[in-house]
Amino acid sequence: MALRKVAAVLAAAGIGLTACGQSSGGGGDTIELTIAQNAIAGGKNAAAADFVANWVIPQFEAAQKAKGKDVKVKFVPSGVDDEQYKTKLSLDLKSGKGADVIDIDGIWAGEFAEAGYIKPLADLVGAEADSWDGWAQIPESVQGLATYNGKKYALPIGTDGRVLYFNKTLFQKAGLPADWQPKSWQEILDAGTKLKSAGVPVPIQVNAGTAMGEATSMQGVLPLLAGAGGEVQKDGKWTGASQPLKDALGFYQKIYGGGLGDPKLQQEAKGRDKSFQQFAAGKIGILMEGDYFWRGVINPKDGVAPMADRDQTVGYALIPAIEPGKGIRGQDFVSMSGGALRTINPNSKHPKEAFELLTFTLSPEALKEETKDGNVRITPRTDVNKEILAGEPLLTYISDKVLPLTAFRPPVAVYPQVSVALQEATAAVVGGTAPDQAATAYQKKLEGLVGGAGNIIAP
Amino acid sequence: MAQATSSPPDIIDEQAPARRSYNSDAAGLGRLRAGMFVAPALLLIAAFLVFPALWVLYLGLTNYRLTGIAAAEPQFVGPANFLDAVSNPVFWDSTWLTVQFVLGSAVIGQVGLGFTIAWLLRDRRGPLKRLVEGLVILAWILPSAVVSFLWVALLDRDGGTLNALLGLPGFAWLLDHPMLSIIIFNTWRGTAFSMMLYGAALGNVPPSHLESARLAGASGWQQLRDVVFPHIRGHILTNLLLISLWTFNDFTPFLITAGGPDGRSEILAVHVYKVALQSGELGYGAAVSTVILLINLVVAVFYLRLLRSKK
Repeated sequence: MALRKVAAVLAAAGIGLTACGQSSGGGGDTIELTIAQNAIAGGKNAAAADFVANWVIPQFEAAQKAKGKDVKVKFVPSGVDDEQYKTKLSLDLKSGKGADVIDIDGIWAGEFAEAGYIKPLADLVGAEADSWDGWAQIPESVQGLATYNGKKYALPIGTDGRVLYFNKTLFQKAGLPADWQPKSWQEILDAGTKLKSAGVPVPIQVNAGTAMGEATSMQGVLPLLAGAGGEVQKDGKWTGASQPLKDALGFYQKIYGGGLGDPKLQQEAKGRDKSFQQFAAGKIGILMEGDYFWRGVINPKDGVAPMADRDQTVGYALIPAIEPGKGIRGQDFVSMSGGALRTINPNSKHPKEAFELLTFTLSPEALKEETKDGNVRITPRTDVNKEILAGEPLLTYISDKVLPLTAFRPPVAVYPQVSVALQEATAAVVGGTAPDQAATAYQKKLEGLVGGAGNIIAP
Repeated sequence: MAQATSSPPDIIDEQAPARRSYNSDAAGLGRLRAGMFVAPALLLIAAFLVFPALWVLYLGLTNYRLTGIAAAEPQFVGPANFLDAVSNPVFWDSTWLTVQFVLGSAVIGQVGLGFTIAWLLRDRRGPLKRLVEGLVILAWILPSAVVSFLWVALLDRDGGTLNALLGLPGFAWLLDHPMLSIIIFNTWRGTAFSMMLYGAALGNVPPSHLESARLAGASGWQQLRDVVFPHIRGHILTNLLLISLWTFNDFTPFLITAGGPDGRSEILAVHVYKVALQSGELGYGAAVSTVILLINLVVAVFYLRLLRSKK
């Protein structure tokens, strides 16, 4: 523990970041709690930040007061890339600091648990963690996001899915149908070619490269890998320079080497944000993205690149396999799903109250309040989803059509490093490297990450 | 004559033991007092410089990570990280990019341009000098984060000020010429320091020496080479040392290009940040940091020796 703390401080001091955590102190009878999310008023995930500040905190404080407890909650906002948020959280937790209630990406659970940064909820708050009545409303697969080695480390906040978004106005210009649904990768490329002929600046944009981090994996290489029949990890063994990976990288080459995509957009530090802006401005024909794009980016109400005519202009389609029936599990269409988690900082001085705050944010009342006025998302609770998704076509589509055929990333600690290696492989192809060569380099790096060639499925 | 020369030493010899004794005590006390004055500084240096450096060296010998099992229970792996670093092409690419960055923005840019501006402005007075100095110093006093964002906006390919001014819509400075972009940025940002230093140094060159050289028919370059440079040699070397080390360790380019695209501006400081904090490989990052420290020490010793030679 001492080594971890000293090293964390040195690492932070040496590289210029400060572990700016918030301790949960408290004077007198007042219990002070802090809640941290990668959300900030007027910026990233603004709606979530506003909801916590304007509804969760006053309502929770009032509810606690009614129970005779004086509880003060403070929101700790962030508005940074997910990788930076993860670094900051890791340093906070390593240093024994950080907010009492924290949001993390589902794929960090394994590595955070192994590092001792998060602990099973039952260890922190006792039996009430497992007896929370909300668990009955959360499907097993979604609970799995928050489970590591058979123990529940967090509460899932929700799940999501990936689709192909397209601009119907540009499609009309290119003579493509408004109810477009490609059945193979070739049909995507054909549509891209038509869009290009019609003068669309960027016909297809599929996330690639390292600049956008996990977005490249979730909205790029992993759905393509699944579409080619591959999985990043299967039965404990990892997929190396296999044919599915070469196919996926080959698809990137056809897009970015064939003038159908803008390779520079994938290389810029803010490339993903720019692609959002360009899609909203009607310059991109087809974009592979998650439902966050619909909810948080082109949302006419408070998206970061709002499209006033989103509902009329933007179409969505399932991501096809390379050819019908060639996707994972023999599927015609594929997707990837993830999900965020909300958990308790083991350093919290008030874990029981923190757990109350945590469950309060996932109560039906809170979720309904959070998702009203157009801020709908797929919540972890089926009881709430039934009610809130009714008037939301895209999310209903994802809930009904995408989630049944989706796949999840392996919930293991080494996955984030494997993901970076995959991002590097796509970056190489976008930069001009041949897919086979990039796949071979990926396998070499993979061997170092997963403990040798013995843990990799033979190509 | 001989007696006259031998007599004083005799007198000195007679008194010498007593004086030595007195001097020895005084020197001992003096050293003790000096030690007491210096001790707090030494303790601080040990606590904040020597210990962290040794600790980083130790971390470089482990598989310590930001997350995962190796965050909780790091293993001693010996020189593996150092061997990984020197066999990693990215490390050598970063080293080469850092050399370009230092030579381009520190040596040619800040030192060369700083001296040139100082030389051109040496005898000038009035609004032009004040304007140039003001513009150059402005770059130096603004916070790094602020000027970084200004430059990103300036160099942006879509709607960037520079492209608008030059009539180059779509020219991707940061993507097609990332190193050139950060070299120009760092030159612009740091030239003020050199300019001020050389301005002060040039003021100390005796005008009579320059006048003599002129009367002897020396060209402008000859005046510089034979009169000015020897006179301000110490200033030049000290400035070179400081600027080079600052530039070598500068992390600001990360705020402009994030080391991209595809690592084409990933100088060593950015490389360490990426491997240590973005990828979480703290042990490997510590090993690379140690190598950087050694390179800095070698550069510093080289400059200091140069400074002492022919002094």
